[in-house]
Amino acid sequence: MKVKVGLELHQQLATTYKLFCGCQISLSSAEPEYKFIRRLRPTQSELGEVDPAALFEFKKGRYIVYEVDDSSSCLVEMDEEPPHPINGEAVEVALTVALLLNASPVDEVHVMRKIVIDGSNTAGFQRTALIATGGYIDVENKRIPIQSICVEEDAARLIKQEGEAIYYRLDRLGIPLIEIATAPIIESPREALTVASSIGRILRTTGRVRRGLGSIRQDVNISTEGGGLIEVKGVQRLDLIEKVVEYEIMRQKNLLAIRDELDARGCKPTDIINEPIIDFTEIFRNTSSHIIRNAVKSGGKVLGVVLKKFGGLLARELEPGLRFGGEFATRASFWGGVGGIFHTDELPGYGITAEEVAKVKSLTGASELDAIILVADEYSKAEAALKAILERALEALKGVPDETRGPNPDGTTRYMRPRPGAARMYPETDIPPLRITEDIFLKVKHNLPEHPSIMLKNLVDVYGLNRKLAEQLMDSEYLNVFKLIMSEVKVPAKFVVATLTETLKNLEREGVDVSILTDSTLIDVFKYVDKGFMVKENVPEVLKWLCLNVNMSVKDALEALNIQLLTREELEKIVDDALVVKSDLVNRMGLKALDSIMGFLMGKLRGRVDPQLLMEIIRRRIVEKVGGGRS
Amino acid sequence: MPHGLEGYRGLALKALINIGAGIGDTIRIKKSSGTIYEGILVPRFEYGDPECIVLKLKNGYNIGLKINDADVVEKLGEGSKLTYKAQPTPKTVLNLPKVPIIGTGGTIASRVDYRTGAVTPIFTTGDLYSMVPELGEIANVETKVLFNVFSEDMTPKHWIKIAEEIASQFGNNIQGVVVAHGTDTMGYTAAALSFALQALPVPVVLVGSQRSSDRPSSDAAFNLIGAVIAAVHAPFGEVAVAMHKNLSDDEVLIHRGTRVRKCHTSRRDAFKSINADPLGIVKNRVYRQISSFFKPRNSSNSPKINPVFEEKAVLVKYYPGFNPEIIEKLLDMGYRGVILEGTGLGHVGSVCIKAIERARDMGVFIGMTSQCIWGRVNMDVYYTGRDLQRAGVTPLEDMLAETAVVKLMWVLAQTDNIEEIKKLMLTNIAGEFSHRLSYRWSA
Repeated sequence: MKVKVGLELHQQLATTYKLFCGCQISLSSAEPEYKFIRRLRPTQSELGEVDPAALFEFKKGRYIVYEVDDSSSCLVEMDEEPPHPINGEAVEVALTVALLLNASPVDEVHVMRKIVIDGSNTAGFQRTALIATGGYIDVENKRIPIQSICVEEDAARLIKQEGEAIYYRLDRLGIPLIEIATAPIIESPREALTVASSIGRILRTTGRVRRGLGSIRQDVNISTEGGGLIEVKGVQRLDLIEKVVEYEIMRQKNLLAIRDELDARGCKPTDIINEPIIDFTEIFRNTSSHIIRNAVKSGGKVLGVVLKKFGGLLARELEPGLRFGGEFATRASFWGGVGGIFHTDELPGYGITAEEVAKVKSLTGASELDAIILVADEYSKAEAALKAILERALEALKGVPDETRGPNPDGTTRYMRPRPGAARMYPETDIPPLRITEDIFLKVKHNLPEHPSIMLKNLVDVYGLNRKLAEQLMDSEYLNVFKLIMSEVKVPAKFVVATLTETLKNLEREGVDVSILTDSTLIDVFKYVDKGFMVKENVPEVLKWLCLNVNMSVKDALEALNIQLLTREELEKIVDDALVVKSDLVNRMGLKALDSIMGFLMGKLRGRVDPQLLMEIIRRRIVEKVGGGRS
Repeated sequence: MPHGLEGYRGLALKALINIGAGIGDTIRIKKSSGTIYEGILVPRFEYGDPECIVLKLKNGYNIGLKINDADVVEKLGEGSKLTYKAQPTPKTVLNLPKVPIIGTGGTIASRVDYRTGAVTPIFTTGDLYSMVPELGEIANVETKVLFNVFSEDMTPKHWIKIAEEIASQFGNNIQGVVVAHGTDTMGYTAAALSFALQALPVPVVLVGSQRSSDRPSSDAAFNLIGAVIAAVHAPFGEVAVAMHKNLSDDEVLIHRGTRVRKCHTSRRDAFKSINADPLGIVKNRVYRQISSFFKPRNSSNSPKINPVFEEKAVLVKYYPGFNPEIIEKLLDMGYRGVILEGTGLGHVGSVCIKAIERARDMGVFIGMTSQCIWGRVNMDVYYTGRDLQRAGVTPLEDMLAETAVVKLMWVLAQTDNIEEIKKLMLTNIAGEFSHRLSYRWSA
């Protein structure tokens, strides 16, 4: 199967201020200082049309609760003040990336408004500006065109959804993002991953990108021959891209196989369009299914439709954990707001008896080759859900419907919403265009960072890293802080890299949020090691404590963990005591007993001593006791 | 110059004229560096470098390209005209009350052209219904565009036209009138209408928006719905202003026209009632009266229509270093009345006394308000205040400075007699004074 993949990478930039206001960037988990409520109205296009998905959301009575922290959001984020001119620092970083990706910057940057009415932008549109076009990156002997490089504002952070209320936090809104879009010419899951990581390396060489979960997000557009165009939005982990592409190809293949099967069974659109919605409530009067009983008790109905010739297909697996029936269920919940659906491929079950199923079948006259879908909810919700299901069934006859899908943690995907029509963009007239003058251009050009390949070579040459560790560092978010650490402390580079990559990754796997470690905290940790106030073995434990205890210092961590180093005086006493215990050995072997004594003491003192110091004291004491020359 | 190219200059303009390009045409620009751009030509606005051609690319983005001698600009095709399909006017529910909506300009009702970004006013009834379909459930609205004037371009001549238009509606069995207005001077217009139109049979509600209606987050629709509800249900027969109460889309306050002031440059809740309770509030589509002092609506009222304004009235803000010659010059220019926006309880420096005495002697009215915005002037507490009163200054209680100058324009058009002018200025005509200040009404 021929596959075409295009990537859109979004990376937050580490600028001092947000893109369109004077707020500094910090994300908060404390109680918000204030909240306000908005309802975004779908606006008409220039043709007088309104986006149906948007209108649907509005009619549902949905409203948005915005949470505000004064330190990271001002009236601009609240859509209570016009935006300030575009942040020149962000434009400079984007220009830097543009030149590294061989792209041509525009002469004048125009900020646009892109309509987004899910509430993630208080204005109802996202501000975005095209910085450069026509670039490329060479990856494994293939030239991947870079179609566009944009700077845009990040959206507000989704907190939760409660009934008709969606909660967003404004702290993330307005953080500058760079968006890099490749041409859709990537042909395999593996290649998608390689391209994404190559672009990621280029971004990090600028040293001006933010780190932490969510600071990089990738949209993956996947289309297959004869299939559909699917946009998977917001893949947060690089290593997931490969799986996402792989599973999506699998899903599309299986949907095409289902289409062929329906075709072979002679299923026609008219079979679906003319199907009536049937009320089955009577059959389930005394059902033992909790879900149905509760729905009916609170005034709901059990409605259903027959999907002619769909029998057996709903149980088919499309990708791991997702059956064809699941696609119907997500549509039903999106358009009808219902909790779930039942279909005859999985019945009897869920408390629904064989007898009830038989009654349903006989009422409809459905055959074994047909499937029946049931929804138990308020009448209007159930009806909307079933209409959406019929819509989805029609799409099954064509194969793969174009959709926006969201990634699951294992790389499979779920339906999010229909693909939006062509993005409605119009000029942000509140912001003056920014001329990229010769001066700005030359300033960026003369300050370009090293190319990743040269940087890799330097890491090997200057710091004596092996290639694997150097690559690991380049692919991590800590390249910049590594260089800072190495400029301030004398700790083996290998140890620093292993800590910044492997140790932190392990902590992340444990579910620890390592993104709260600031550069200065990380530098401090290595300073303590360098000065002998902490041993290397304690670094993972100390880092973990610092992640769990916000705004605390390395000193606080050592005290809290009770891992302060023993003083020289304390050590001398411990060594003296040990030499008494091991006096036979020392008398017999002299200095040759050093390793043995050292091993004995380290077993007891690991984490509380600087091994170098301990070794020095033992050696001196033995010499004092028995003389150095004896053997 | 071809229409639409006004913003272009230099080589950019020359190149566009050479190829006969107009706005909306598809253009290709081949830069001397080899990069090729294709897109639709869009107009340039005031900002930026006029020697950059602005193209809307296929991906929707606009970019500016500086044109040099070596660049090649070509026209690939004529622009197609987009046609806007106005939504059909919904069938009106027969028994709904009739509310005319008069458009005067501002961002409250406008539509964006997504190609060019130009915002154009819309105000056909159909357009309004399709923008705010909820209106069809509240009233039988009918729109009329009187003119399309930026708020800052409004003059007393516009107030007169608006007043006459409203007056002409009263006979039509209406439940209320809504006036869409730019926000910057909406408070002044509200005050002007309050004096020009008295003994009203129905409420007259002005409404504006702080966020243009082309954006999903606009407050236009919410304010408009609130205004129409107030027009239909409010018990008063006065002129009012309907705007957001706070930052949330959940409450609209209805302010008395003589008491309302725009107090923030950009926030939705910029409008505040000063030294007074708001008249009412609309929440969950229900109007609730707040102030217990109001002139009740009465369909049998015969309104007193008196839209005349003398423009030789002036508002002068005092500040340290103020040169009293400014007052002298105003007198020389023939001004018949001066409202001073003094400091604190109502003071200007004693250097002004001579000029004020001259005004008194010329029969020119001098009234005092406070730049503190909140509170009442009291010119009996300090020597200066007493001296100023002796020199001829009339203290204007707790009246807003803006309302005072509008009222003075109206009063000066009623009479030439200075004693009569003073008397009218101190008569509570449209709720512009109150005799007690509540703790609630603080800044």
